[in-house]
Amino acid sequence: MNRLRAQGLGLGYGDRLVVEGLDLEVPTGAFTAIIGPNACGKSTLLRSLVRLQPVREGRVELDGRRLAEWKGKEVAKELGFLPQSSTAPEGIRVEGLVRRGRYAHQSVLGSWSPADEVAVAEAMQAAGVAELAHRLLSELSGGQRQRVWIAMVLAQQTPILLLDEPTTFLDIAHQYELLRLLHGLVAAGRTVVAVLHDLNQACRFADHLVAMREGCVIARGTPVEVITAETVQRVFGMAAVVVPDPVTGTPMVVPER
Amino acid sequence: MSLTLPVAPGRRLRLDVRTALVCLVLALLSLAIGLVSLCWGSGWDPPGDVLAALRGEGPIQISVTQWRMPRIVAALVFGVALGLAGAIFQNLTRNPLGAPDIIGLDAGAYTGVLLVFTLTAASEATIMLAALAGGLSAALVVYLLSSGTGFSGLRLVVIGIGVQAILTAVNSWIILRAELDVAIAASVWQAGSLNGLDWVDIDTPVTVIAVLTVALVLLARPLHQAALGDDLAITSGVRLERLRVLLVLLGVGLSATVTAVAGPIVFIALAAPQIGRRLAGAAGVPLLPAALAGALLLTGSDLLSQWILAPTVMPVGVVTTGVGGLYLLWLLTKEIRR
Repeated sequence: MNRLRAQGLGLGYGDRLVVEGLDLEVPTGAFTAIIGPNACGKSTLLRSLVRLQPVREGRVELDGRRLAEWKGKEVAKELGFLPQSSTAPEGIRVEGLVRRGRYAHQSVLGSWSPADEVAVAEAMQAAGVAELAHRLLSELSGGQRQRVWIAMVLAQQTPILLLDEPTTFLDIAHQYELLRLLHGLVAAGRTVVAVLHDLNQACRFADHLVAMREGCVIARGTPVEVITAETVQRVFGMAAVVVPDPVTGTPMVVPER
Repeated sequence: MSLTLPVAPGRRLRLDVRTALVCLVLALLSLAIGLVSLCWGSGWDPPGDVLAALRGEGPIQISVTQWRMPRIVAALVFGVALGLAGAIFQNLTRNPLGAPDIIGLDAGAYTGVLLVFTLTAASEATIMLAALAGGLSAALVVYLLSSGTGFSGLRLVVIGIGVQAILTAVNSWIILRAELDVAIAASVWQAGSLNGLDWVDIDTPVTVIAVLTVALVLLARPLHQAALGDDLAITSGVRLERLRVLLVLLGVGLSATVTAVAGPIVFIALAAPQIGRRLAGAAGVPLLPAALAGALLLTGSDLLSQWILAPTVMPVGVVTTGVGGLYLLWLLTKEIRR
């Protein structure tokens, strides 16, 4: 049974509904990529799954219970979220930021248990920032910084991770590095949901695709099922041919002309 | 570098060594200035006589224990309160300019004080409540005018500076309309002064500040977590809306308590958190260095205010305004360029 799901979801800003009547199941233990054109409501949808976007209609459920009924810290032990961009306190160091990921697990005065220490060390190791531990965040490159944010969310040790366009602002090498990291997390048993812009990357790394347009899900399924010339046309309004990726054999979108 | 202290089986507190050292030095300096101030009355009294007076002996016993001591305790405690209030609002607004003395909260508190002071026979309790109500009203106005941007950013600060200007004008108007004796008292007070504070004047405010400080310690962790931005704060388990309300109450409570007793002493809340942060080299705006830097700034300014024109004693607010004004100019140019 899938842990995170949404039914009849209506989301909006002001009196405008951006998402209407949307149903979604996040397959547990898989990598789900949400794709779609700009302003199709994918970020809004993702944010509603972590309680950052108020639910107007319908419901978001975790383990069959409405998300709104969960306590903040209890949700924070199940769902980790990485926003599109984040602000760090001035003068913070890498390890200090990763430690903030343990917030939900700590007591009022913030003492550190051995489990906290292990989680922080493992998260920095997994994200490849262990050797940067004592550096100032402001001294790091964009790619390194993004890995530190990932490490912070990993330290939260949530079975489910949601990431809003985690590859934006990264160069292509760092994009693939990050996606391999997320893929590794899924292989290790976690559930990952990410909003991605690059269809070919989504096809390579995701197990499950959700294609959205104007607040509705147009197609969902495996990359092979979803990424066809017809769907690309319907979702993005762009003529393209779909060929097998020469390296992985997954669908690859090549725009016509 | 950090030290760990075992607090329970398997559980450790982490302390940053530099932060701890900075706090120790700030505390010792504040106490040292306090001791020097104890020796300073109408002239310099030898420390030997002062120590004797503290033991209850000698000719200057009354002036040391009944006049100078409460003033020094007030400077230390009020400095802590202003430093903490500044740190709260700088964390909330994520801006070094977001201090209660800049964004109109102190001026609002003083408007409250002036209103009860001129309109009614004010008691200590009504003055404190009026200061709190004035500060909270100013906070609400600033918040509503900058709505849509949450509680952070330069926009809120700029609106706050506007509100501050208006309220300062209102305060002057109230003083101009008041009876002469009330007006004289109020205008001296408006500069912010510790002159003539007695034990009976400060026991309630010191207690209130102590209670608010304990409450703040319990909120320190979510306060710093919230510095990660609204999104990450919420998804890591902070109850952000509730936290903001509590922090505004605590921050206004701390600074309004000081305003109710000593008038609006400006720039301590603005400068102390940033001085503490820079010295400690810590992330965000840490509370303890801010509190101790506040104590040091206010005790130091108070001593200066007694020295500069001795034997005339200036209101301490004149000194903090002079020093802080330069700091504010520097900070404004830096922030706007950013």
